[in-house]
Amino acid sequence: MQRFDRVTGPAAPLLRPNIDTDVIIRAERLVGTPKEEMGRYAFEAWRYRSDGTEDPGFVLNRPPFRSAPILLAGPNFGCGSSREAAVWALAGIGVRCVIAPSVSDIFAGNALQNGLLPVVLPEETVRGLAALIEADPDRARITVDLEAQTVIGPDGAVHPFAIDPDRREALLAGLDDIGLTLRQAGAIAAWQAEDRRRRPWVWLEALT
Amino acid sequence: MPATLLDRLWEAHRVAPAGAGRDVIHIDRILLHDLSGARALAEVAEKGYGVANPALVFATPDHAVSTAPGRTAETFRPGAPGVALLREGARRHGIRLFDLGEDGQGIVHVMAPELGIALPGLSIICGDSHTCTQGGLGALAFGVGSTELAHALATQTLRLAKPRAMRVRLDGRFPKGTTAKDAVLAAIGRFGAGAGAGCAIEWAGEAVRALPVEARLTLCNLSVEMGARIGFIAPDETVFEWLAGRDFAPRGAAWDAAVAAWRSLRSDDDACFDIDLAMEASGIAPQVTWGTSPEHVIAVDQPIPSPDSAPDAGRREAWAAALAYQGLQPGRPLEGLPIDWVFIGSCTNARLSDLREAAAIVAGRTVAPHVSAWVVPGSERVKRAAEAEGLDRVFRSAGFSWREPGCSLCVAANGEAVPPGARCLSTSNRNFVGRQGRGARTHLASPATAAASAIAGRIVDIRKPF
Repeated sequence: MQRFDRVTGPAAPLLRPNIDTDVIIRAERLVGTPKEEMGRYAFEAWRYRSDGTEDPGFVLNRPPFRSAPILLAGPNFGCGSSREAAVWALAGIGVRCVIAPSVSDIFAGNALQNGLLPVVLPEETVRGLAALIEADPDRARITVDLEAQTVIGPDGAVHPFAIDPDRREALLAGLDDIGLTLRQAGAIAAWQAEDRRRRPWVWLEALT
Repeated sequence: MPATLLDRLWEAHRVAPAGAGRDVIHIDRILLHDLSGARALAEVAEKGYGVANPALVFATPDHAVSTAPGRTAETFRPGAPGVALLREGARRHGIRLFDLGEDGQGIVHVMAPELGIALPGLSIICGDSHTCTQGGLGALAFGVGSTELAHALATQTLRLAKPRAMRVRLDGRFPKGTTAKDAVLAAIGRFGAGAGAGCAIEWAGEAVRALPVEARLTLCNLSVEMGARIGFIAPDETVFEWLAGRDFAPRGAAWDAAVAAWRSLRSDDDACFDIDLAMEASGIAPQVTWGTSPEHVIAVDQPIPSPDSAPDAGRREAWAAALAYQGLQPGRPLEGLPIDWVFIGSCTNARLSDLREAAAIVAGRTVAPHVSAWVVPGSERVKRAAEAEGLDRVFRSAGFSWREPGCSLCVAANGEAVPPGARCLSTSNRNFVGRQGRGARTHLASPATAAASAIAGRIVDIRKPF
């Protein structure tokens, strides 16, 4: 997994609520598209017009935001389908961090498995950051510092954010969850042995 | 200390702390389909891990497979490699596979409950957000991405933070014509598509208790459209009776022991919820969505709202964009709006009871000539049972296409799609931009509303003659 410690750059404002993972990556792209190529199809319904050309009005097609590492989003970002390709598509266009008033639980889980950091800040803070960006889109930059758990706005204001300590460590180190869990294999095996007595109906026979 | 059902389900699966903030949670059932499941199996293999306990893993192709009569995995060619990976992974690891055309195949969230793979109190995951459907049996069921799915295959656990407990009570009784689908859409409309963020929803109250099992599955199916990864209903005699004798349900003394344990799966009367919401069931009319989020929903006879009346700037922009995409004007009701397509299917509403409800309305009538109408049964078993009752003949003779089980037009990942600009009344769960096909316009509703609207060729208020 890609490490995440500190990211500085332009932040693309995309503030409408309930941006779903279908609009981030269409279902038909899940069939046969390699992970690494998903970026080409990120937000395709909004990024491209029906003739296939770019829609210059869409924020991610505007020059300062073309490869913005940060997305400023509205509430309930990443809602809908659990497709992890939504994260791969965002990573494919260079997004490392999404800052929003709330992020769907499944999307957040997927993001954290891929070194993409979801940051939850109050809606007025996100809107304030977006206003500062829009006031000077070519120069305004935002910094996200995971070590310090802060977002630093274009005006220098520091906004702290919360994250599970376990998640933070894994991101800072670029650690894979499976490796961590297998270190607890003994505890899992003991729990399962006990559970076979406690809830025998859970434990099915293997296929022969 | 009083406990919620979430507390009990969580505690029953908590193996160990996973470091500050998370727990190692045991996963009792892993369901694999041809998109995320195939990818997760490939990932486990690439990383050099094994499958920890194949006996607890089940696979079935549903997403990228054609639903045309006589289909094979090759009918939709782009989907064939996913099905092949699923077959190969199942064979190599000894995972039970329910393949196309076989008894048991179907949309995962339809086949798992019907085979008793899903049971009360089990933790169940699938690489599919609608896994919360299975919470209708009283299970801790939720969707994950393919990396977390691979983690569970390799370790039989996940590292998870406990969600907050939300209760949504539906008090009183539903009026005639109101279904579980209408109720959950109304709840999403009232509380918002993000209301359940970070929460597990316990659906409760008199109206919920009175629902049969299949309607409970429908209700829990849309928990994720209210923002909650998990939704469930405390299991009761209705559930136990429905599950008894199903293929993978326990039998004999094991069944008795299980039921005795399942009876304790409830929230204490004095349990405290982080968020406690309630709605009066008697006030819920048949619902239809007008926009591109499930929260864009109104009673069928109510006027489409104007962006000027939106509660905040973000929603004002979203509502205006949704109306433009949907080709609608505010101020007019949805009732009477001409439609081009009707889709009766999906993990929300493609069980036998849904098809019976729709068939009762369709019987002896004809689909409007300008409407393309499809029925896609939720599983092979639903299809066979419906055919045994003659429901397929009712639909076919009315002009519906009667198809093979799969996700089909709910997710349009299998080459089947609603054409650009066409308006589709759908019993599925998502009206997102492009969900049913590029430029397709979706209106979500119950099977009854969908069936009546197919006949009329326009959106119908099923409380009135049409």
